[in-house]
Amino acid sequence: MTLLETHNINTYYGESHILRDIDLSVQHGEMVCLIGRNGVGKTTFLKSLIGLLEPRSGDIYLEGNSLNRMQPHQRARAGIGYVPQGREIIPYLTVEENLLLGMEALKGGLTAHRKIDSFIFDIFPVLRKFLARKGGDLSGGQQQQLAIARALLGSPKLLLLDEPTEGIQPNIVQDIESAVRRIINEKGIGVLLVEQHLHFVRQADRYYAMQRGGIVATGRTSDLSQVVVDKFLSV
Amino acid sequence: MQLILESLFNGVAIGSVLLIAALGLAIVFGLMGVINLAHGELMMLGAYSTYITQLIFKLPILMPFYNAYVIVAIAVAFLVSGVVGILLERSVIRRLYGNPLETLLATWGVSLILQQFVRSVPLAYGAGLIIALLLGLLLPIVLSKEFISNRYDRFIKLGSWSIATLIGVLTASGLSSSISKIGRASARNVDVTAPSWMRGGIDLWGITFPVTRLVIIVITLISVLSVTWFLNRSVWGIRIRAVTQNRSMSDCLGISTETVDILTFGIGSGLAGVAGVAVSLLGSVGPNVGGSYIVGCFMVVVLGGVGNLIGTVIASFSIGILTDLIGAGRLLTIWPDMPGPLASTVDFFATTSMARVLIFALIVIFLQFRPAGLFPQKGRMVEA
Repeated sequence: MTLLETHNINTYYGESHILRDIDLSVQHGEMVCLIGRNGVGKTTFLKSLIGLLEPRSGDIYLEGNSLNRMQPHQRARAGIGYVPQGREIIPYLTVEENLLLGMEALKGGLTAHRKIDSFIFDIFPVLRKFLARKGGDLSGGQQQQLAIARALLGSPKLLLLDEPTEGIQPNIVQDIESAVRRIINEKGIGVLLVEQHLHFVRQADRYYAMQRGGIVATGRTSDLSQVVVDKFLSV
Repeated sequence: MQLILESLFNGVAIGSVLLIAALGLAIVFGLMGVINLAHGELMMLGAYSTYITQLIFKLPILMPFYNAYVIVAIAVAFLVSGVVGILLERSVIRRLYGNPLETLLATWGVSLILQQFVRSVPLAYGAGLIIALLLGLLLPIVLSKEFISNRYDRFIKLGSWSIATLIGVLTASGLSSSISKIGRASARNVDVTAPSWMRGGIDLWGITFPVTRLVIIVITLISVLSVTWFLNRSVWGIRIRAVTQNRSMSDCLGISTETVDILTFGIGSGLAGVAGVAVSLLGSVGPNVGGSYIVGCFMVVVLGGVGNLIGTVIASFSIGILTDLIGAGRLLTIWPDMPGPLASTVDFFATTSMARVLIFALIVIFLQFRPAGLFPQKGRMVEA
């Protein structure tokens, strides 16, 4: 069964039409990358998937179940992990509390789950060192790792990553890339990635290219030609 | 020594009344950012709840337990104000999140409605109404855990509301026939009489500590400690702090923000009710009793730094001690041969109301220099 399927998603900000008839699918264990220049609606699409924005028309299915008209917390519990642009760490909560909040998406929420799974610290060892620190005091790269770890603790079926390498030093970009790869291999979840970094884009299985709110090209990343790259990536 | 001790005690006593009154507001205003002008009226409801509880305990059946009514009253007041607060959040404030001016006006309107309500509705009927609301809101939650299937959801709701209404009406008529004092509407102030163990004082080191004041200090202490524990240690506390700091992301993590709003507002309002118990022990209770505390509450929360519980605690105790120092003219006692003009100025401010004027003026001046209060939020996320 297809993990995520969208049909004809149309999203508006007020009267301006942002997303036009987006059809997209992600399979289990697959990494799909959404590329396109700034302002074409990639983040808007992810926000429509998690439920922060409500599409005016169209359908979203997660493993065949409709997510339409569900609120973000219900979609999170249904199995979508969201790592937003800008990380959105809860600033005055400690790293540990931020991680605990990731488990709210599990059945029973925090009340039933109080122990942080240690595989998180295998993937991102730096987090163990900073458990008692305030989330807002971490560096950008550390916050990004925390945001991904937090999303993973909810055992999502689908992980939405919005520009995880934006404004982060190169060696941490490497860490994040290999971590995402490892998660897909070990957990078999699907990943929908919005990315500008060509190196990271090449790791995905398939790509969708967006222009002015619509999907204009799609295919396997191995077939991604230099022409397409020049056209859709701002690098 | 004796003077310092006495001054300190009086200051702490005044401060703890301020603190218990401001504690609920520190949650509602400080954490949620909702300007609730009806907070004072929620206190008033708590005070009236104490009055009714006391009258019920005077009935022959409960008379042997009369001395314990204050403890029961605290729970009752917490529930009453909490339920009214939740109702207020669901019906009015929820629609106005992010519009502080409209919230301010709407809650001011609600405060006037509540004041008129206690004037023109017999207290017994009010109590019946609250009991009906409480049961109507609670029964579906309790019952739906018993019957898991959602098919009967509508019937459960309907059934529990009708049972709740019935019990409410029965309570109202029962109360109004057995206690004639609350069977008729009255706009006059009422008096809560403290149980005998709370009258008088304890003599220590040559100073008399009034027991009422000690009880209020203890109530405040317990409330502050339990709120601190709840916010910092409990699961719901983590959720509340997450939602107040980043609402949309908390939603995306799987936290039901609506439930958190209801709970936070309910607890803040319930604490106003507990404050009402303390207020009713100090003086007579009337429809306007809340209005005289609300300004002080906002002052305390702003002075302490919005969103900072420790700041609220320190702010209220410092205001309390300052009030005693100025209001009781203690500076003159400490330094009797003060130069003439200074002495007359100190003497001029040596009444409770003039001390209030001076302290509020000082706070206004202080906030000119430190607009974020005593303990502003720090860290790299403040600017973002």
